[in-house]
Amino acid sequence: MNSIAAQRPIPALMAPAPDNWKLAAIAGVAVSAVAIAALPAAASFWITGAMVAMVAASFVVNAYRRHYFGGLLVSPAIAVLFVMNIFPLLWSLGLSFFAYQSNQQTIRFIGLGNYQKLLTDNLKAPELWANLTNTAMFVVLTVIAQMVTGFLLALLFAKQFPLRKYLLILVLTPMMLSVVAVGVFFSYYYDPTFGILSYVIKAMTGGEQFILMSNKTGAVAGIVFADAWMWSPFVMLLVLAGLVSVPKYLYEAAAIDRVSAWRKFLTITFPYIRGLLMLALLFRTIEAFKMADLVILLTKGGNGTMTISYHVIRIANEQNKTSEGAALSYLLLFVVIVLTNLYLYLANRRAKGS
Amino acid sequence: MAEGSSIWERLGFRRASGVGEAGWGHAVIAGLISFVYFLPVLIIIITSFKLQTEALAVPPKFLPTSFFGLIPDAYVFTPTLENYTSVFSRSMITGAAAENTGFDRYFFNSIVIASVSVLLALAIGTLAAYGFSRYPLKGNDTYLFVILTTRMLPAIVVIIPVILMFRAAGLSGSYVGIILLYTAFNLPFTIWMMKSFFDELSPDVEDAARLDGSSEAAVFFKVCLPQVVAGLAATFVFGLILTWNEFLFALLLTGVDTRTVPVGMNQAVAGGGIGVLWGLLAAIETLFLIPVFLVTFFLQNHLLRGVTFGTVKR
Repeated sequence: MNSIAAQRPIPALMAPAPDNWKLAAIAGVAVSAVAIAALPAAASFWITGAMVAMVAASFVVNAYRRHYFGGLLVSPAIAVLFVMNIFPLLWSLGLSFFAYQSNQQTIRFIGLGNYQKLLTDNLKAPELWANLTNTAMFVVLTVIAQMVTGFLLALLFAKQFPLRKYLLILVLTPMMLSVVAVGVFFSYYYDPTFGILSYVIKAMTGGEQFILMSNKTGAVAGIVFADAWMWSPFVMLLVLAGLVSVPKYLYEAAAIDRVSAWRKFLTITFPYIRGLLMLALLFRTIEAFKMADLVILLTKGGNGTMTISYHVIRIANEQNKTSEGAALSYLLLFVVIVLTNLYLYLANRRAKGS
Repeated sequence: MAEGSSIWERLGFRRASGVGEAGWGHAVIAGLISFVYFLPVLIIIITSFKLQTEALAVPPKFLPTSFFGLIPDAYVFTPTLENYTSVFSRSMITGAAAENTGFDRYFFNSIVIASVSVLLALAIGTLAAYGFSRYPLKGNDTYLFVILTTRMLPAIVVIIPVILMFRAAGLSGSYVGIILLYTAFNLPFTIWMMKSFFDELSPDVEDAARLDGSSEAAVFFKVCLPQVVAGLAATFVFGLILTWNEFLFALLLTGVDTRTVPVGMNQAVAGGGIGVLWGLLAAIETLFLIPVFLVTFFLQNHLLRGVTFGTVKR
């Protein structure tokens, strides 16, 4: 794409030039290593930060001089993500190979010990397996419920009609609530004594008070309902953005050709919303794998609703077993990465196939 | 439905033609569905005007007025603004004098932190998305995937190194720290979302602009950006909503001066030891909902315009 731009020669490895990012990287790693070993934490942090900035600057100069616009545009995002996300992630990956508890000072290298304990321990392995199946169940149920509800709502709002603007904002509101409030208020709605659900069911059947959370089916249904209610608008908005972007002339042409509604949907509408639908599916699946807050607020993990993410919080936060929690979440990450890759592979193959 | 029947048409039922127009009939159906969907929120708002005893009454008290005796008194409560005043100032111990709860500060913090970090993420993320879409790097998909990976782990895992890092750098409890963290938190979604919008644009228009002598910067700002305004608005709204309500990072990384509303809300729920104060919690949530509700409402036209987006496709 940039073949017209005059290519500058790439500087030799040891030549001190502002665009020699390789040399900058080597120098940066060396200086940071010395600083971390010799200086107190606060000073070495800022020195390491300065080194990262130096390497980043040489990257930018290099990209600018050689018209690598891709690198130039991407670098600020990568820099922020590196410092705030990728670096902490690598840190906790390293931590998962140690025996470390946040309330104690000692730290000891134990290799794969944490992983081994989680996967083979007589008590922990069945628990892990049970939590994984629970999480999988929640992912499947909540994502399906959100995709279906979101899609139907989007179809409802795709047309232009009176008051649409005001009705749409009502449907979008659940997503704007704080999850703390949603969790606490759904436990209020589900409450057997003064909850509205129990009241309605009592009025309809004439029976005693209705305890939703008393068995696994009810507890799961309650959590899935609250989660789907809160996040279906997210799917709806993405699908709707796709629906309104379909050029009108395509429908007009289809109307002239007397194409059936189903075929119109399949050949005109669907290609426009496919990308956004996939994006919604991807992000909702990832979020569903991390589901913990609603479970904590509604059932505290009881009645077979314990999820992996809540399990990690318990281990890492309540029991202070930091490194074991890190190991567990890397097992979770492995599962999610495999699934996401599978999904992206399928999505790409579809896109190429059609 | 009712083809040619003028009564039906006057009632607003028109024949559907793709994404077209519909009349009042459709509006009534959509209104009913929307109302049911909104009901849980409505109950929160109604609860914010109730005293604790009324919030826990059986049967539930639904309405603030009896409509001139039409509704039985058992279903009617007397609306009060007490919850709203006690959001900002109430006595923490029974019988003690009312004191400032600090919620005015929490609201200010939430507004500053959420808006700055979302705008920052939008600026950086849109540039990166354009780069990924138009100038693919070697291993482009790998970069995108690594970026996505940062959102896959439970936040609790990332938080421990972040706490240690912030402590070492003196950033814990500061605005800079939490804003940068939220920026990174918003970036993956911003990049993926904006990339999918840039991917949909036709490169022909951009090539035409280049042939006419536009610089790369002009192509980005004058040709591409105006076409993805809908995407920018949608991404901004999503980012704002997620950041506005983020709880775990805020709980562990904000200090007394930078505490946000969700953390304060959690304290209000847990504090006191006399069970949840439903009216108070509802009042906090209602107040907290208003800013993000208004922003979404005013960005809605952009959100759903889709006039220019995708008009010239490939």
